[in-house]
Amino acid sequence: MKLAGRVITEGHAEGEALVSREAIGFFGGVDPETGAVVEPGHELEGQSIAGKILVFPRGKGSTVGSYTIYRLCKKRVAPAGMINAESEAVVAVGAIISDIPMVDLIDISQIRTGDKVIISGDTVQVNNIDSL
Amino acid sequence: MRLTTEEQAMLAGAQGPATKKAMEIVVALANIYEAEELVPVVSAQVAGVSYGNLGDAGLGFLQEWADQGARVKVPTTLNPAGMDLKAWQELGIPEEYATRQLEIIKVYRAMGIAPSCSCTPYLIGNNPGLGQHVAWSESSAVSYANSVLGARTNREGGPSALAAAISGRTAKYGLHLEENRRARHLVEVNCPVESVADFGALGYMVGQKVGDAVPYFRLNSHAKPALEQLKVLGAAMAASGAVALYHVEGVTAEARTGTVLADDPVTMTVEHLKEGYEALDGVARDIDLVWIGCPHASLKEIEKVAELLAGRRTKAQLWVTTARDVLNAARAEGTADKIESCGGRVVADACLLGAPIHEMGFGSVATNSGKGAFYLLSHLGMQVRFGSLFQCVEAAISGRWLP
Repeated sequence: MKLAGRVITEGHAEGEALVSREAIGFFGGVDPETGAVVEPGHELEGQSIAGKILVFPRGKGSTVGSYTIYRLCKKRVAPAGMINAESEAVVAVGAIISDIPMVDLIDISQIRTGDKVIISGDTVQVNNIDSL
Repeated sequence: MRLTTEEQAMLAGAQGPATKKAMEIVVALANIYEAEELVPVVSAQVAGVSYGNLGDAGLGFLQEWADQGARVKVPTTLNPAGMDLKAWQELGIPEEYATRQLEIIKVYRAMGIAPSCSCTPYLIGNNPGLGQHVAWSESSAVSYANSVLGARTNREGGPSALAAAISGRTAKYGLHLEENRRARHLVEVNCPVESVADFGALGYMVGQKVGDAVPYFRLNSHAKPALEQLKVLGAAMAASGAVALYHVEGVTAEARTGTVLADDPVTMTVEHLKEGYEALDGVARDIDLVWIGCPHASLKEIEKVAELLAGRRTKAQLWVTTARDVLNAARAEGTADKIESCGGRVVADACLLGAPIHEMGFGSVATNSGKGAFYLLSHLGMQVRFGSLFQCVEAAISGRWLP
């Protein structure tokens, strides 16, 4: 399945999807050293976003989150790519300064955790885990 | 998108690589948000200051930008650091942390930014007026600027606010536009909301429910909230949700001057604050540290802490965090010294959330801030007690949390 969206950061990324139906706050919500989601009660709590294609509706929380994304990147525990339903400034700038391929305006209900996903420019190729 | 001749030149590098990079970030955001043009800003508030939040990676990023010649074009204030820039040794801040923190401040100074180091720039002179465009980061300050002052800013990230300060421009979208400033959520608050903690609990609950929408509050059993209550209300909503603008009927800038509630709003009724208190207040009995001043304490709050201490000795540590200029005012009138003579500290420049509090041996923290409690729990894994200023000061005296 191919989905088309809008480029936030131009690039190519491949990986396994990690999907959150809830918004993600990077500052306070993700450990900048390990890439683990640490927000209590978050549906991804305890899971690592490192190397994943992170799929979530939008960012939330403190604006320091852009630097958290940059730190994840320097520690090599950032997501390989990010897909949002509709992006906001904190995550978008984090992706831009960290050069993480990112697309938004995607119907994220089409993607499930474990799917193989390729981001290429404004296109998202989803290979459903069940069909592999 | 339309760019002026000057903006096109900046983007092409006519003012050097640092301004070019700043314009690239601003223009990228303008494209993302489909802005038709950029807008000049009158001030900026830059987050991303504490070493705890930036780490070495962030310091490297800023250093590189400064080395390229980055200089701000508009008055720019800084968010809190991870320590008091002067009295860090007395606070037990590890030297290595302090060295890095001072390096970060030096880099910002090189860009022409005064090291104001506060999340309440509006208390120390960065005070934009109704309808003025600014580029602020620090979610609680954004909320205050938009809501209480009626200035116009989106929730800028640290780097995007800095990009706006360096280019003097921000993308004109979102809350810079009149039509996005109306509330589509009406919050009828029917229970009493009195203490600063009450407003934090209310903000936590509403932020969770409305996300990034604009809520309009009708406080049905409360007189006009004070500055201190409005700043924590906005701070908590910006932490548990992504609220950047709220209105309070008869109180906030635009709610006083025009119609800001949309027709047929989604209505939510708040009958009690239990849900907020239950989410933020834990079970710890012994308290290591009591924290007042999130967002940074006003002079009035410092006076109140001194009054509640009433000359008694503290058993737990007590930190009142504030802006350097407010601390100077508190020193001048003697209230800071009163707090210190009881064993408490008035800490300037700093935010506890960026401080090395694990290394300093704190395990349990009591606070009257909804935002503070939220991040201490989620970001720092602290044991947290959340309650009124009175309860917090009593916990500082006894070292115990008393119900």
